[in-house]
Amino acid sequence: MTERVDQRVREDRSPLDPAVLAGAEAFARSWATAVIGSSYVPMTRAEVAQHLQDLTELLVAALFASPFRTAPGYEIGSRLVDAHFTGTDTLGRTVQLLGDDLLADLGFPGDDRLTSRLAALQGALAAGYARALRERTLAEQEAIRAAVLDARDQAESMLRASEARFRAMFTEAAIGIGIADIDGRILDVNQALQDMLGFSVDEMRQYNVRDLMHPEDAGSVWRLYDQLIAGECDHYRAEKRFHRADGEQVWTHLTLSLVRDDHGEPQYQVAMIEDVTDRHLLQNRLRYQALHDPLTGLPNRALFLERLGRVFNNRAKHSRAGLCYLDLDGFKVINDSLGHDTGDQLLVEVGRRLDQSVSGEGKLVARMGGDEFVILVEGSSGEQDIVEVADRVLTALEAPIRIAGHELSVSASIGIVERQLSGTTSADLMRDADITLYWAKADGKARWALYDPERNAREVARFTLSATMPRALERGEFYVEYQPLVRLEDSTVTGVEALVRWQHPEFGRLAPDRFIELAEETGLIVPLGRWVLRKACEEARRWLEEFGDSAPFVSVNLAVRQSRDPELVRDVKQILDECALPPHHLQLELTESAIMGTADEPLEALRALCDIGVRIAIDDFGTGYSNLAYLKHLPVHELKIAGSFMEGLRAENEEDPVDSQIVATLVQLAHALSLGVTAEGVETPAQAARLLRLGCDTGQGWFFARPGPPENIDSLLRGDL
Amino acid sequence: MERPNWAPGDVDLERPSVARVYDYWLGGAHNFAADRAVAEKALAAMPEVRTVVLNHRAFLRRAVRHLLGQGVRQFLDLGSGIPTVGNVHEIAQTADPEARVVYVDLDPVAVAHSRSLLSGNDQVSVLQADVRDAVGVLDSPEVAKQLDFDEPIGVLMIALLHFVSDEDDPWGVIGRYRDRLAPGSFLAISQAGYDEGDVESSAWGEARRIYDRQVTQSTFRGRAEFGRLFDGFELVEPGVVRVPAWHPESPADVDEAGYRFPGFAALGRKA
Repeated sequence: MTERVDQRVREDRSPLDPAVLAGAEAFARSWATAVIGSSYVPMTRAEVAQHLQDLTELLVAALFASPFRTAPGYEIGSRLVDAHFTGTDTLGRTVQLLGDDLLADLGFPGDDRLTSRLAALQGALAAGYARALRERTLAEQEAIRAAVLDARDQAESMLRASEARFRAMFTEAAIGIGIADIDGRILDVNQALQDMLGFSVDEMRQYNVRDLMHPEDAGSVWRLYDQLIAGECDHYRAEKRFHRADGEQVWTHLTLSLVRDDHGEPQYQVAMIEDVTDRHLLQNRLRYQALHDPLTGLPNRALFLERLGRVFNNRAKHSRAGLCYLDLDGFKVINDSLGHDTGDQLLVEVGRRLDQSVSGEGKLVARMGGDEFVILVEGSSGEQDIVEVADRVLTALEAPIRIAGHELSVSASIGIVERQLSGTTSADLMRDADITLYWAKADGKARWALYDPERNAREVARFTLSATMPRALERGEFYVEYQPLVRLEDSTVTGVEALVRWQHPEFGRLAPDRFIELAEETGLIVPLGRWVLRKACEEARRWLEEFGDSAPFVSVNLAVRQSRDPELVRDVKQILDECALPPHHLQLELTESAIMGTADEPLEALRALCDIGVRIAIDDFGTGYSNLAYLKHLPVHELKIAGSFMEGLRAENEEDPVDSQIVATLVQLAHALSLGVTAEGVETPAQAARLLRLGCDTGQGWFFARPGPPENIDSLLRGDL
Repeated sequence: MERPNWAPGDVDLERPSVARVYDYWLGGAHNFAADRAVAEKALAAMPEVRTVVLNHRAFLRRAVRHLLGQGVRQFLDLGSGIPTVGNVHEIAQTADPEARVVYVDLDPVAVAHSRSLLSGNDQVSVLQADVRDAVGVLDSPEVAKQLDFDEPIGVLMIALLHFVSDEDDPWGVIGRYRDRLAPGSFLAISQAGYDEGDVESSAWGEARRIYDRQVTQSTFRGRAEFGRLFDGFELVEPGVVRVPAWHPESPADVDEAGYRFPGFAALGRKA
């Protein structure tokens, strides 16, 4: 029965029968579901289904083919592998699914003949699959092993190339390279290092690194070496000298590096050595050039200052030092008249003589520039040491110097400073020597001068005062005091002398003798005098308003420079105008020398002032030199007799007849010229009484009142005192 | 410091390699006993590992086909691994024989294999380089030979970035590639990661531990972190999705498990 049915199927249903095709399609779908996901197949799900459908149709065709062949089964297995159905479960599931479902899906369940054909095809499929998978696996294993070999070859060839590069670098490097083990045995040195030191590799291999020690090596070089070998540091740099095979020396920059093994233990040391001998020698030459004067060959300022600094840093060695600061007298004249060439030759000879006369341990002669030289004496025992040096120098310069047919006599001025080093600085020393040189010049040249701290203090104070004076005037540090001028006859205050004072923030209250001369030197006397004049006129105006006819005039000192100021008349007029002060309330005091020694112009100014009614007084009369004949023609109203003549009139019981006679004569002289007389420095009642008796008109001095603020004058005028 | 096993010059067959383990999971035989041992161990702990790997590989195919449809004919495949079946150049050159591809990988064996496989294919080059060194890759002669930066390029980072830790700044690395690309270029990324609310099963955790310990350390990124990788790109529909859900070829490819898939994929277009 089954046979018959089977026959009918084979006859009635070809593999292309739609029902069989539909069955094949259904089977292909189940197959896809069973095998998808067991390996990567580069197809979409639809493509997979189509692929398996094709295989199913091939299988169905084989199942029904006549004659029956198993080859398609083999092919199907192979094609599964080709499509990368390579997952371990693929074959098992496929074979199982074929056995379980295929015939039922095709509509021939239980057909023995087809079942046995299918079994044959399953076997072929399994064999084909296994064969293809085995081939594919072997091919892939072979491919990956080949890839490993390729990769290794590549890595090794890179390593070889890298080694070759390093070898070339070592061999060809311009810098010396040496390798030693951790015990210092030299293993290899490159050509550059062989050339540098003059030893071959074989000779170098006989050495230990420590054999390369040089007596001039800094201690740190070998201390760091020990640390490196101990693994405490990984590299260091140093300057180091080496002995060459030929006995010469090589200066080098050395960099030593530690190479560690895989466990971090020190294994090798690598030295990189750069020959800097040329640079070193050049540096030495440049340093010499930088520190020496090219003309005289003497140390220059830089070297001198360096040495001086070192003296101060070595105070433990020497506690004292001295300096001679020397400058040729009149060198500029020689330079200007005989030319720079001659001047230069002169400097060379002076330098030579200085060097000869001063040579010795601890002494340095340097040229500071121009015609200035300096001699440093380290470890002096006192000023006398330096004075001796200065004397030797002056003597050495006495002999005329012959240059290009000229016999030149030169002299020098020398400033000497010698002192204990503690408590001073090199800058102090230099400055003081410079100042002292200036003194030697000022004192007449061709000599030495010793630094004198008191002289310096005075000059510093003077300098400080003159430097601070302009600011002082702006800041209102000056003020004016007034001292009454008293008519002896009835003790009436007729005038007051204005006296300028300086309330100095540092030095306190200063009298005019401390600063008027300085003000004259600097020219500040003109604005200062103008300020005093204005101040005094303002007070005079106030007194005039308050006391009317009994108000005193103000007497204001006029310095020499002020009297020669072309603006004097204009200034005085302007101030009188501004203060609305009648001119006869102002008296100007000038010294004899200011009036007598002057040319015509200042005198005309005085005449002009006199003409408008300003009173003119001669201050300190009798201490200068007066031309008595001339006096007659001068526009003067008052003589003020200097306080020094009052000394003899001072005592109560006896008087100096000479002083007495001088004062009497001066009073007579004044009166003969129709001038008033004021006696300055009246300090005792006896003096006042005698002056009155001698006919003196006015007195001024402590007996009457000390200089004081304007309010004191107010009190006097009111009769409060 | 532990050297990652894909460091250059490392040809040690005793140590598993990312590329060869991946190949094994894909059903290939380009691998050695050490690779297979680890791969099997992970599979034993978590059989779905194979599905995950197949899905990343399928995303590569879908992404490349998509880009070919967009007219892209140049591809830079970063972290290309062992050239198993379904390579970029196979897919691309099937569509257009003139398509050009540069494969980049650090694994010297994968690179050597790729070179031998591709000898004679003048349109394809293989570069051994660390993909994190974007400038080195972009300035390489291989890239210069194949790729025209005035034309769109498809940059592929498939199953790669979970091997690039945050410390290595994948965002910066991508930025350096992006800055060289012409407008209209694309970036395709897939990588391992979980979404908020995902709970890693203990089996997955075990598989991951085996992999991290024996192959290489991995970094999973959440959806937001993953999205930030596309800074400077416009995401192509459907944006950031689980790997199987990106333009599936058949609804059957995205089963229930697909929505819980531990990894994201997306394609971005440089404006």
